[in-house]
Amino acid sequence: MSAVLEVTDIKKSFGGITAVDGVSFDVREGEILGLIGPNGCGKSTLFNCILGQLTPTGGEVKLDGKTVTGLRPSELNGLGVSRTFQLLQVFPKLSVRENLILAGQEHQGNMASRLFGRSDAGLTDAANQMIGFFKLDHLANEPAGGLSYGQQKLLDAAMAFMGGPRLVLLDEPAGGVNPSMLSNLKERLVAINREKNATFVVIEHNMEFVMSLCSRVMVMAEGKVLAMGRPDEVRKNPAVIEAYLGH
Amino acid sequence: MSNLGKTLKIALGLAVIAALIIVPMNFNRYGLFILSQWAVMTIAAMGLNLTLGYAGQVSLAQGAFVGIGAYAAAIMTTHGWPLPAALVVAIVLSFAIGWVLGYPALRVQHHYLAFVTLAFSTLAFLVFRNESWLTGGIYGISNIPRPNILGFATNRPLPFYYVCLGSLAIVSLAVWWLIRSPWGRAFMALRENPLRAQSLGVDTRRYTLMAFAIGSALGGVAGALYAPLTQYIDPVPFNLSLSLDLLMMVIVGGAGFFLGPFLGAMIAVLLPEWLRFTEGYYLMIYAVAVMVLLIWSPTGILGILDRYMAERRTKAASALRAVAKSRLETAQ
Repeated sequence: MSAVLEVTDIKKSFGGITAVDGVSFDVREGEILGLIGPNGCGKSTLFNCILGQLTPTGGEVKLDGKTVTGLRPSELNGLGVSRTFQLLQVFPKLSVRENLILAGQEHQGNMASRLFGRSDAGLTDAANQMIGFFKLDHLANEPAGGLSYGQQKLLDAAMAFMGGPRLVLLDEPAGGVNPSMLSNLKERLVAINREKNATFVVIEHNMEFVMSLCSRVMVMAEGKVLAMGRPDEVRKNPAVIEAYLGH
Repeated sequence: MSNLGKTLKIALGLAVIAALIIVPMNFNRYGLFILSQWAVMTIAAMGLNLTLGYAGQVSLAQGAFVGIGAYAAAIMTTHGWPLPAALVVAIVLSFAIGWVLGYPALRVQHHYLAFVTLAFSTLAFLVFRNESWLTGGIYGISNIPRPNILGFATNRPLPFYYVCLGSLAIVSLAVWWLIRSPWGRAFMALRENPLRAQSLGVDTRRYTLMAFAIGSALGGVAGALYAPLTQYIDPVPFNLSLSLDLLMMVIVGGAGFFLGPFLGAMIAVLLPEWLRFTEGYYLMIYAVAVMVLLIWSPTGILGILDRYMAERRTKAASALRAVAKSRLETAQ
């Protein structure tokens, strides 16, 4: 399997604090890679460096072998890299369907066709499909701000898939989601992974969720990679138990 | 239910349009001037509503763009150019300058951005006042001609009112189209959550600049109509207080609502006239009325309507849920 994403020696410091300290890893095509580690170990900062929200102090990010370090988030999204944020990020005043159309519209046509063409950018059907896929049918016309937390989390994830991305970085998709909705979310992620051959990197604190979803797990501590391997290997790793999983 | 509501809305809209065409036929010169001014200010406020209400970019410079449009029209038409040509120049000029003014918005936001645009507003005023070789300085430009449209002279107040009203109609349709397009959605995304918008591929830089440029261009359109409306311009009407007035129109009417600028401009232009019978007190009453309104509804007049509709929707939804629940219980 070839690497979709190659991260080499990424460093990021804020003043005197080094949040990410020389992290290197590959993400293989079609895999679901878990990223775990204690709070403040640099997981989200690493995501932000990969995705152009932050400019890394050093290191290189390659997508399909091409260097993309320093590209803006919207440009990376145009190359098929999508993400969700740790905290909820939906557009509360837009309806569920409008949120999804917005999430896909910049992948349709060009600036001119988005101004003079159809107001839904031809995405109503695709949005409805996504709504059905995430079982949000009865909420399609509701403003997203009126949904429950768990429903908004599902919408948040669904939005990340509207542009048909190849690589999706999910930052704590399970945080604050109740168990039944969580199994729905997991099921949906696995289905998209298989059907669309989309590659995922998932930051998550819910161990059960990570261990059952991911094919490989990377553990970070204090800005560095502590371990990388299959879930069962990582779980037994003494350093990981010491730093994160506890006794 | 919703079909009936839609029909009602369309009927109401047509009635208002018909009234705007027919009723002023009996108005005197002054009444027509005020109504024309309303149409012109609505266009400028619609521009600011795009920049501020939809795209969330604060601007205290909209009055300066009205000035730029007005001077472009005044200078060109007094040198023999037809108004439509001057209008094109006013649009291109204010679009370009608005685009450049958008660059600070890529770095600073909110009240910092307000200060940057405020500085620009002052700069524009100084140019209008001091560059007398171009603008006539404090003496201004007089004898600005009104145009001939398709062979009809519009020197008299009523025909020129129709020019203003027709322009307002065209601008309204264009803005309606824009806010319903993916661009409008991207503007709202910019306002609500630029970080998330970026991660969904929305080129926030380009849309921010566009929001400024298009909003400013509408200010230019308003200015190009203002010059032949008053037929005399000097720098004073285009100082900071016009920008503040336009900002108030947008906020009072309801920022981010399509009809907000129409109502806001109505209140800012017409209400002081209606309150004239109170003589010395009218500005005070006007100021208090605006304060009370904003305390009652920070989202403006249309915010009140929006809240009412939202409450009704929630009630209807919970009624539906109650029915479904009772059915479920009976079934068990």
